[in-house]
Amino acid sequence: MGFEHFAASFGLAAPMPAANIDTDVIMPKQFLKGIDRAGLDAGLFYGLRFAENGAPNPDFILNKTAWRDTRFLVVGPNFGCGSSREHAVWGLRQFGIRALIGTTFAGIFFDNCARNGLLAIEASSSDVALLMAAATDPKRNHFCVDLVNQTITTEDSVIRYQIDESRKTALMRGLDAIGVTLEGREAIALFEDMHFAQNPWLRPS
Amino acid sequence: MLDAASGLLLLYIDRTVLNEYTSPQAFSGLREAHRRVWRPEAALGVVDHVNPTAAGRTRTMPDPGGQLQTDYFAKNCAEFGIELFDVLHPMQGIEHVVMPELGAIMPGMTVAAGDSHTTTYGAFGALGFGIGTSDIEHYLATQTVIYRRLKNMRVNLSGRRPQGITAKDIVMALIRKIGASGATGYAIEFAGAGLGDLSVEGRMTICNMAVECGARGAIAAPDEAVFAYVADKPRAPRGEAWERAVAAWRRLKSDDATEFDREVDLPLTSIEPMVTWGTSPDQSMPISAAIPDPRTLGDADKRRDYERALDYMGLAPGQSISSIKIDRAFIGSCTNARIEDLREAAFVLRGRKVAPHVRAMIVPGSSSVRRQAEAEGLDLIFKSAGFEWRQAGCSMCLAMNDDVLAPEERCASSTNRNFEGRQGARGRTHLMSPAMVAAAAVAGRLADVRAMDVPAMDVAHGL
Repeated sequence: MGFEHFAASFGLAAPMPAANIDTDVIMPKQFLKGIDRAGLDAGLFYGLRFAENGAPNPDFILNKTAWRDTRFLVVGPNFGCGSSREHAVWGLRQFGIRALIGTTFAGIFFDNCARNGLLAIEASSSDVALLMAAATDPKRNHFCVDLVNQTITTEDSVIRYQIDESRKTALMRGLDAIGVTLEGREAIALFEDMHFAQNPWLRPS
Repeated sequence: MLDAASGLLLLYIDRTVLNEYTSPQAFSGLREAHRRVWRPEAALGVVDHVNPTAAGRTRTMPDPGGQLQTDYFAKNCAEFGIELFDVLHPMQGIEHVVMPELGAIMPGMTVAAGDSHTTTYGAFGALGFGIGTSDIEHYLATQTVIYRRLKNMRVNLSGRRPQGITAKDIVMALIRKIGASGATGYAIEFAGAGLGDLSVEGRMTICNMAVECGARGAIAAPDEAVFAYVADKPRAPRGEAWERAVAAWRRLKSDDATEFDREVDLPLTSIEPMVTWGTSPDQSMPISAAIPDPRTLGDADKRRDYERALDYMGLAPGQSISSIKIDRAFIGSCTNARIEDLREAAFVLRGRKVAPHVRAMIVPGSSSVRRQAEAEGLDLIFKSAGFEWRQAGCSMCLAMNDDVLAPEERCASSTNRNFEGRQGARGRTHLMSPAMVAAAAVAGRLADVRAMDVPAMDVAHGL
């Protein structure tokens, strides 16, 4: 998916404090039946966003007026656990989410975010608690997430965060990871020759 | 682009297995960029997630989306030169059951695949881990993935497991102990006397569910049991190549001096049959216990998560777990649908009947497992007990096909995830071992299999 790259992004933040929000909840099975990436915004948090009759659930945070145009989610620990389905990340992006802020993210989900221009920020538990409180308060939930300077600014605080240089570069410049890797195709081929010479049983036939 | 300082590296991947639902966009990406597959013979395609499991199935899928995915998968495998086990292929089955039974997984390999339960292959001393669709595309084009170095955790299974305790109970006890994010950021090495005591299939169950406590990868040093398991498989090396391979595999173990970022000891002697009561795999209790009371928890966040889980599950604090009545029983999944799992269930079900109000299903992990079970007469035990004996696939583990729980239906399940809606919208899942699912099916409620006068379950040999 081509993604818009960003240096800094302004918008509303919403709190999702529950621990272990899994990718089945983020993108339920009935939205996994495509062969492209289209239309996944409709499935995002489907079981939480909609009542059984299909009407929006007024109690769900992203359906409430103050959080309607949310661009950032402040999330509980281990967000994105469970299934590897990248559809969860595609759906978040299509819904308009630009960044997630939490203490820990599940491993596959975290990599999927990096591959799709969704900034997943790992912050300390005290910083996440502070941002969670701000996101929960409709008077204070305007955030600025700055990738260049690695800061999150709210009305009353500025928080710095860490990010891998390579991930930051990819997010800012949108590098074609496969193209970059294939620049080293000769090195991969050389490695393969050596690998199969040492471990001939690993050569697939 | 890689940044060694931040722990990123380019990792060569020996094998992958592809399925019909996480691979389509990866193939489309290759096509759009006019890229070829680096080494098509290192990949196998298996249809498993969306196919029906009813008798007499055809290539017609239960819904148009599943049809679109299986048709596109067949076209992609054909055009990119990848071997495919389509729905009606005699070796079709769940990807993580099929790969080991082919002998396609060997010690020392790296395996990355578009499914989180790729951790299963750790049982062979192979590093297996799940990846998303973008990384499948990267793998197919380059035979590598961009990999972030993980922290290491060693889980020491100490002591002997009591009679009637299975690999599933052990891994569920671990997940309960360290939590659903206890190993996030880590690869787990399983070790200890209690590991060597388990069959290779039991170790697969344990490594399979390592991802449910957050582990990105799982591994266990291969031993003679592993070599014997691989030896007679169709695609294992033969002759001199086999001798060379085993000599190399014997060296695959952590040095005594290896330092781990975290060590966890799990004594097996006190483990009881485990059952989940909530909506996260770490929300579990021994079968003899009662549902925990959230009001006793000091942590407000955890209290809220527990209350929400109990509300979803329709359970009350203090209720005894063995009083919970079930509507459905399901034995299947890449966690627990290999031949030993089916033998385990058959030990319990022989001469018994499923309670009249319970609908019970067994979905073998692969078509080969199904044939083996029939050769041993297990299918007759299941059918005469009142279980449906079905065709292979992922089925109601994630309910992407037409095997689905109705809202508020309660299921005893040998699967790996009890997430909200996992087995069907508003469905209620209790995870447990195949033996415990069989016991629940007979009792009509969650029940302790140890109270059922079942003979010692010699799953290596069967009944």
